[in-house]
Amino acid sequence: MTVVASATESLRDAAARAITEGKAAVVIGYGTEGGASFRSPAFVRTADSVAGLVFDDLCLPNLAVYLTKNEIRAMGKMAVVVKGCDLRAVNVLLRENVIDRKDVVLIGVRCGGVGRPRLAKCGACEMHDPQGCDVVVGEPVKPEAGGDGLYRAVDEIERMSAEQRWEYWRRQLGKCIRCYACRQVCPLCYCKRCIVEKSTPQWVETSPHLRGNVAWNVARALHLTGRCVGCGECERVCPMNIPLGTLNLKMARMMEEWYKFRSGTSADEKAPFTAWAADDREKEIL
Amino acid sequence: MEQKKDNSSEWQPRIVAFLCNWCSYAGADLAGVSRFSYPANVRIVRLPCSGRVDPMFVLKSFERGADMVLVSGCHPGDCHYTSGNYHARRKLQAFREMMTFLGIDPRRFKMSWVSAAEGAKWSALIGKITEEARALGPFNSFPRAVIGEEKQ
Repeated sequence: MTVVASATESLRDAAARAITEGKAAVVIGYGTEGGASFRSPAFVRTADSVAGLVFDDLCLPNLAVYLTKNEIRAMGKMAVVVKGCDLRAVNVLLRENVIDRKDVVLIGVRCGGVGRPRLAKCGACEMHDPQGCDVVVGEPVKPEAGGDGLYRAVDEIERMSAEQRWEYWRRQLGKCIRCYACRQVCPLCYCKRCIVEKSTPQWVETSPHLRGNVAWNVARALHLTGRCVGCGECERVCPMNIPLGTLNLKMARMMEEWYKFRSGTSADEKAPFTAWAADDREKEIL
Repeated sequence: MEQKKDNSSEWQPRIVAFLCNWCSYAGADLAGVSRFSYPANVRIVRLPCSGRVDPMFVLKSFERGADMVLVSGCHPGDCHYTSGNYHARRKLQAFREMMTFLGIDPRRFKMSWVSAAEGAKWSALIGKITEEARALGPFNSFPRAVIGEEKQ
């Protein structure tokens, strides 16, 4: 266990201060318990239990997801520990008016990358030092020499023929057991009533067969287009190891190429699907 | 399920067309009153605006047996609601790109702008895409729930 001591110490201080100063009723952070591969979330509600918080390179979960959960919101004002990448999700929640900035205390942590081995997103990270938080803890980090491997999986699929691509996705999406873990873990899938729960008409067939699985995964990815910040949580929690992140990244790169838009870089950006321009792309419109 | 023993006539492609009320539906109507003929393979669904089209409409159509889907609205700048067609364009261009990425044949999904004065364009367009749909054949690579297929 390699706990980055300095970050953890100052993190605990910041958490205790948020509670004692009355700014937060609950601090959402990473706990010391949990499996060997990642830190489980911890919800600290008293200043003398901040020792239960930790920060190191196993802090994979994106805790922004809890900001929209009713049972957490019911605890009162929230403070949340965010890495730079998680902050992007918070920015989307702010821009979509799901949370109010003054109701949330953001405890940013400087992060040099997480995961053993390092996640692909960390190699391409530009948010080592989270901006706009109430407090930022941890030593400044030197970005690790990372590959530009973020879009490698996307490129690989794009190099395939159309038949190969369908064969690939048919196999991948065919595995889906419709547990909706991808939805539950996604900080941006916060609809009170999801399209898969709508039954009149039923947009997505609920049985785990290919037809329903294609509809579900297409709907999920489309609802995240121009919103997804690429935290990769959906892919991490998928029990069937479906490369959901690859589909999200494809759409995210498209938004960058077409609309010069990268989701979650600030709280006052305008999402591509809420806007339009007269000279938008008009490929193959008859 | 692949092949039917329908020997009365050759296979006909099924095309679902989502048309906006103000331009494309009126264009199709004009084609009718002007006596321009076009193939009867197209099933028209009339919507207030092309901006109403959710990509789920398109998926649902494919699931239920459509071989091709067309979304048609007012020309850019002519939307009855100012910008519905622009929103449709953004959404549906992204959707088609996603289809391509997944390997779902993007030729099965068409978009067009047809104004209320373009009855002739509508008639020619349907003729053209029906031929294409016929050449592509049944969309059996898509996991369809073929409902009512066996009905006489």
